Amino acid sequence: MNANDLLILLTACLVTLACVIPGSFLVLRRMTMFGDALSHAVLPGIVVAYLLSGSLHGWPMLLSATLTGLLVTLLIETVQQKMRVQSDAAIGLIYTFLFAIGVILVTLFSRQTDLDQECVLYGDLALIPFETRYAGLPGAVWTTLLIDLALVLVVWMGYRAFWSATFDAGFARASGFSVLFWHYVLMAMVSLATVSAFESVGAILVISLMVGPPALAALFARTLRQMLVLAALFGLLSCLLGYLLATRLDASIAGAIATTNGLLFGLGIALRKAISH
Amino acid sequence: MGEQALSFLFLREPNIRLVVAGVLLLSLISALVGCFTFLRKRSLMGDAIAHSVLPGICVAFLLNNEKNPALLLLGALLSGLLSVALMEAISRRRLARPDTALSLLLSTFFGLGIVLLTYIQHQGFAAQAGLEKYLFGKAAGITSADVQLLGISAILIIASILLLRRGFTLLAFDEEYARAAGWPVPALQFCLSVLTVWAVSVGIQAVGVVLMAALLITPALAARFWTHSIARMLLLAACIGMLSGYTGAFVSFLSPGMPTGPWIVVAATLLAGISMLFAPRSGVLARWQTHRNNRNTMLRENILKLFYQLGEKSGNLQQSVLEEDLLNQRAFAPQALRRGLRTLELKGLLLHHLHAYQLSDEGLREARRVVRLHRLWELYLQRYLHLAPDHVHDDAEAMEHVITPEIEEQLEHLLQNPERDPHNTAIPPKA
Repeated sequence: MNANDLLILLTACLVTLACVIPGSFLVLRRMTMFGDALSHAVLPGIVVAYLLSGSLHGWPMLLSATLTGLLVTLLIETVQQKMRVQSDAAIGLIYTFLFAIGVILVTLFSRQTDLDQECVLYGDLALIPFETRYAGLPGAVWTTLLIDLALVLVVWMGYRAFWSATFDAGFARASGFSVLFWHYVLMAMVSLATVSAFESVGAILVISLMVGPPALAALFARTLRQMLVLAALFGLLSCLLGYLLATRLDASIAGAIATTNGLLFGLGIALRKAISH
Repeated sequence: MGEQALSFLFLREPNIRLVVAGVLLLSLISALVGCFTFLRKRSLMGDAIAHSVLPGICVAFLLNNEKNPALLLLGALLSGLLSVALMEAISRRRLARPDTALSLLLSTFFGLGIVLLTYIQHQGFAAQAGLEKYLFGKAAGITSADVQLLGISAILIIASILLLRRGFTLLAFDEEYARAAGWPVPALQFCLSVLTVWAVSVGIQAVGVVLMAALLITPALAARFWTHSIARMLLLAACIGMLSGYTGAFVSFLSPGMPTGPWIVVAATLLAGISMLFAPRSGVLARWQTHRNNRNTMLRENILKLFYQLGEKSGNLQQSVLEEDLLNQRAFAPQALRRGLRTLELKGLLLHHLHAYQLSDEGLREARRVVRLHRLWELYLQRYLHLAPDHVHDDAEAMEHVITPEIEEQLEHLLQNPERDPHNTAIPPKA
């Protein structure tokens, strides 16, 4: 393993960490499809920020993606409540529309950008080491590290609120937490995680990182704390295995990590069965 | 530009005819199947299937090293069905919630597809170029073999929907009833899954993985706002789907760099937006209008009732009342009250002189009707629901506005033409 391999692996691990934190809550709150939709629908926000700032990193990107994420959440909820559309169709309607707008923007401005459809769909971790470096590390690593820290901090500070909003909304309200506020915080976290993952794994496989490790962790964990820790560990494990698989096959690293997530979940099911017998 | 547009609109070139035929056929197929997944509230299943067919397509390609549309379709069908089966198994055994199972399988299958696709690309097979059209969709790449396949698929899918429409309808609206009535529900579900996977597998090459869901969901959603009949919904969804497909093909024909799929989706979403806003009855504007009408009717009836009650106290039912007196008696919003008084005056139910109002003869009749319904309902609640006299007023406040003459007759009959309400005030006689 040389320095480039280590950099790729480091980025993958940081991205995974950013994804499993909001992902665990999505799994527990049965909102994973909402997260999936959100990770697609922030595309126009990412494209616009990229066109304006000329970079996939930095605060314009973070700000724009977070705002787009909140806007998408608001839009889906409006369609659901004001137009009285069932939730699955509301999600499908809004995210496909915004993703379509995003792809149209990418095509319109393809000459000015090096964003292309492929990178939108499945990113490329292998290109990370060739990015512009700041203090020896690629920009993606710094952005992701920053997002990781922010997400850990938010969960740490709002742990009680998240805990009660996730398991018992009534109790949360009675304890004086605004469930709606924490809902929007979670959605902002999903948007941030999407930004961190966008360049390296693309918009589609974000959901694999958000759902795979937490779903596996949910098979074994008994408390929220255990679930978060296990999800992070499983996420790191699948990064490592996925990376090995990808180099062996000379194929997409992000795709291999997603495949590994599915395989690990299958193994987890078998393991749990063996334990319970 | 104009010349080009015309040659598209009149389908002058065979190539255009091919692409348009292909896009129209697959929009038609997915809109029809989408209606049923929409009604079953499984719209996102289409999304998951669209992501899941990719590994099947790649494996089918790897096995015989060429892009044979029928074989690729077979591969897509098998891998789509496998993922649906796994999803069902995981949720049924409660190994994960349905939504988690859906997202997990979607991303795993898609990840596997990407691994295979990049593997194929890096191996440098001669025939692999064009496989990525399943990822992003490329309507311009539709060949005559594709159109043939689409035509056959359309005929088969429409035939199965016609054949199984009663079963599918039951499945969509009341699965429990279908089960109880002895319909083979698992078999029907399987058929619907096959049709969905099929529609997705043929549609994906024009719009790509991500946007395929829109072809299923959006036309059905838009159609649902216009009708309550499933046959009409299917027809409408088909038209909306095909119109969007045509628009998408048109835009990408005029500016060749533009992908077709996103424009199909944008067109469909616009049509859905129009439906959500303007559809009669279910649309937001229509519902808003109904809501406002109801509120105004209630306001007017409440004002008339108040005139009657004040008149009862003073002994003169048509006495003149000042606006302030009305406000003192009941918590109207002053502006709403003024609006209500003006409409009542215009309708000839109130007479207005200087600052006072009084009931006209017709107004008195209307006020009597409302008060009568209010008191009949109070009496009904007391006699038949055994509510205490001081508990019946609030409910009657709401009911007086919605009791129809037929219900009024039934109440009279049940209560044997009563004369006094639970508060021992007179129930005004019928006009």
